[in-house]
Amino acid sequence: MAKQPLEGIRILDLGGVWAGTFSTVLLADLGAEVLKQENQFVWQPSTRAVPGPRIPPAMAQAGPGWVTGLPNNDPGESPWNYHPMFVSLYRNKRSFTLDIRQPEGKAILGRLAAMSDAVLENSAVGTMEKLGISYEWLREQREDIIFLRAPGYGITGEYASARTMGAHLEGTMGHQILRGYLGGDPNSNSGIFAADYIAAAQIALAIMMAIWHRNNTGKGQFIEMAQAENAAAMFAQAYMNYSFNGEVDHAIGNRSIYADDGQAPCGVYPCLSPGGSETGDDRWIAITVTSDATWEALRTVMGDPEWAQDPELATGAGRAASQDLLDEKLAEWTADFEDEDLFARLQAAGVAAAPVLEASRVLDDPHVQARNLYVPQELQDDIGVHRYPRPIYDFPESEGGIRRPPVAFGQDNDYVYRELLGVSDEEYARLEAEGHIATAFSETL
Amino acid sequence: MSGPLNDVRVLDLTQHIAGPYATKLFADFGADVIKIERPGGDPSRRLGPYKGGEPHPEKSGTFFYFNTNKRSVALDLKEERGREAFWRLLERADMVVESFRPGVMESLGLGWDEIHARRPDVPLVSITNFGQESPYRDYKGSDLVLYAFAGEMFSTGLLEREPVKMYGTAALVQSGSAAATAMMGALMAGRYQGVGQQVDFSIADSHLVGVDRRHATVIGYQYSGRKSLRSPGAAVGMLNGVFPCQDGWVDLQGGGARFSNAREFLGYPEWMEDEKWDDPAIQMNPEAVEEFNAFFYVWLLEHTKREIWEAARKVRFLCGPLFTIDEVFDDPNFRARGFWEMADHEELGEVEIPGRPFLMSETPWELRRPAPLLGEHTAEVLGEAGYDAGAINELAAAGVAEVR
Repeated sequence: MAKQPLEGIRILDLGGVWAGTFSTVLLADLGAEVLKQENQFVWQPSTRAVPGPRIPPAMAQAGPGWVTGLPNNDPGESPWNYHPMFVSLYRNKRSFTLDIRQPEGKAILGRLAAMSDAVLENSAVGTMEKLGISYEWLREQREDIIFLRAPGYGITGEYASARTMGAHLEGTMGHQILRGYLGGDPNSNSGIFAADYIAAAQIALAIMMAIWHRNNTGKGQFIEMAQAENAAAMFAQAYMNYSFNGEVDHAIGNRSIYADDGQAPCGVYPCLSPGGSETGDDRWIAITVTSDATWEALRTVMGDPEWAQDPELATGAGRAASQDLLDEKLAEWTADFEDEDLFARLQAAGVAAAPVLEASRVLDDPHVQARNLYVPQELQDDIGVHRYPRPIYDFPESEGGIRRPPVAFGQDNDYVYRELLGVSDEEYARLEAEGHIATAFSETL
Repeated sequence: MSGPLNDVRVLDLTQHIAGPYATKLFADFGADVIKIERPGGDPSRRLGPYKGGEPHPEKSGTFFYFNTNKRSVALDLKEERGREAFWRLLERADMVVESFRPGVMESLGLGWDEIHARRPDVPLVSITNFGQESPYRDYKGSDLVLYAFAGEMFSTGLLEREPVKMYGTAALVQSGSAAATAMMGALMAGRYQGVGQQVDFSIADSHLVGVDRRHATVIGYQYSGRKSLRSPGAAVGMLNGVFPCQDGWVDLQGGGARFSNAREFLGYPEWMEDEKWDDPAIQMNPEAVEEFNAFFYVWLLEHTKREIWEAARKVRFLCGPLFTIDEVFDDPNFRARGFWEMADHEELGEVEIPGRPFLMSETPWELRRPAPLLGEHTAEVLGEAGYDAGAINELAAAGVAEVR
């Protein structure tokens, strides 16, 4: 086995929320040593838990699993180590604590920066400024350092001061108007966080590209990502339609933006369900006809009902013009089937289809099992064994996989302070007393 | 200055959205991405929106956006001489990326073993719906189908209605971004260690364990036994939610702890002078919420989304105006930041497109060329690989290569 592609690379991680936190799991999965800096006195919103470090026991008893579903419905002593929104984003990383608002804390950060290849952050503009952490300061620590900043709207421009989560900047870039039910108002849209995740992937990419360049030339650099601009690629076709034709697109539900190119019908249709949506037992199948040939295949699977024999429907243009009818007829047909049954039948005929999989069914899915996507692990705090995600991809000739389970808050203080910084026992105790070293968030928060 | 990957050459056999977006990121940052297109071209040339509305393989907005900075070589890999040309191109390449169905590369005679035997240091990144090894490996996908199965679609939408997806091909673009990180890692292993390997990138897996929130619902269920359901209706609290305003909608999060800034946000209205609004707990009182909203909705309708966002920025409320696409396009901030780029295209003239995904101070994003015409660079690229004009003409005459 070869060593991992990023082995020997050290990333100083000042990031948070999903964009920063997911970006460094990608780098860690490729072998980088990610040092996640945390601070017992500073609660980074939506980074280790919501809404705060102390979660009232009552809150863990109800609400959506992904927001309030804590192990055994008990927040325990340190819910920040296993919050469902974030725990999967801490594998393969190291966590240490340091109060970088104190002068000594900042000096220690400087020493760590000197040992690091890249530093990243994605706070609102102002946070780094207040701390005095700039590209210039980091270059004083290490000449060839790479520094990436990823605030919502970048560091210049009239929106630079805006506080935003990914959900809001998606609205700014047009997504709220482009998604949702056909003819529906955007206030019926669910909050989604796609922009955080695309930014994360590209923060990791940008840092790797900068490492590539540094290895070629010896030069580091400064990278600025405006997450709003980064999100634009997800809405590219709508921008192109306006650029080309001056047309302003709106939400079309689950229909394909390529209906006129033959991709109709395209939708989500009801199946036999063991229960209703209020218990999450409603079942649906997603189907996309991608061509005239797959329309023919779908007709065959349906037993070629009379309505489907209409020659108008044999062409993409005809189907695009008949989407209301197609959706209605398909929904009538699918309602008599189990989703898994239709999944198999339609795919066997070459029609793109799949159940809209509710999360509780994921671990039992044959694909998920065959690819070993969720791996049983035991974390700290005696919460039991659960299945946590493995890296998105494997490198068959390189080491990889899960080297370390999701890291607990401050778990690597010993490593960072004693091994990397060479701090003595006496110094360690002093730094602990002065608030830098901790394994729990301060009671004052 | 040029992009960080200006010493990287990629043979790009991807098509549709996810793969081409991954290789676009490479091309836009300097890599020489040679897009090898089948006769007739990447099927995404047949996806709209088209300039002028009429389908035409050189007028597709989808193809245009996802293929900037690439060179197009039109080659029939089903022909022996087409494969021979591929091997000649491989001699000068650093990596290969493909997005055929599993098994297609092998059936073309271009399988991993063949590539690896010729160039042990060159990685192959294979981007597919469900991966090379899976009970679903031959299954068909689309943005909707993959997001339904692998992404967090089930909990998106309204409880009494069907789950609803994101816009267009957003889920595939997320996956393409993650695929670019796999490409970068594989490239590093190849260049630095001489290790070539096939990376099996599954779009489904990228959602199941990574590029969006699916992991959170899977963990949340395991931890608590509770599912993540769709919402019964618009979730609106005091100053929290998506609200109508004079010219559209705003997404606002000004409640909770930040409610103390509400007076300033609303311009110190008379009706807020009452001290009861100082108590944060008032946000939980339904009667007070009703009273508040009776004034707030009037205020909203007197203000534009830009005015509301400006006020929100001053008091540090989380907020985003729901811009329509024309509003994003014309927005002065993104214009001033130089986000939009003008491409000059032989068939389409000047075309404005979204620009850089991030700014690199030493190695900037650069639009060197628009999306290529089909086969625009066949002669140029084959020439670089040692084919003389006669040999190229012969390939063209035999229908193995398409030369413009």
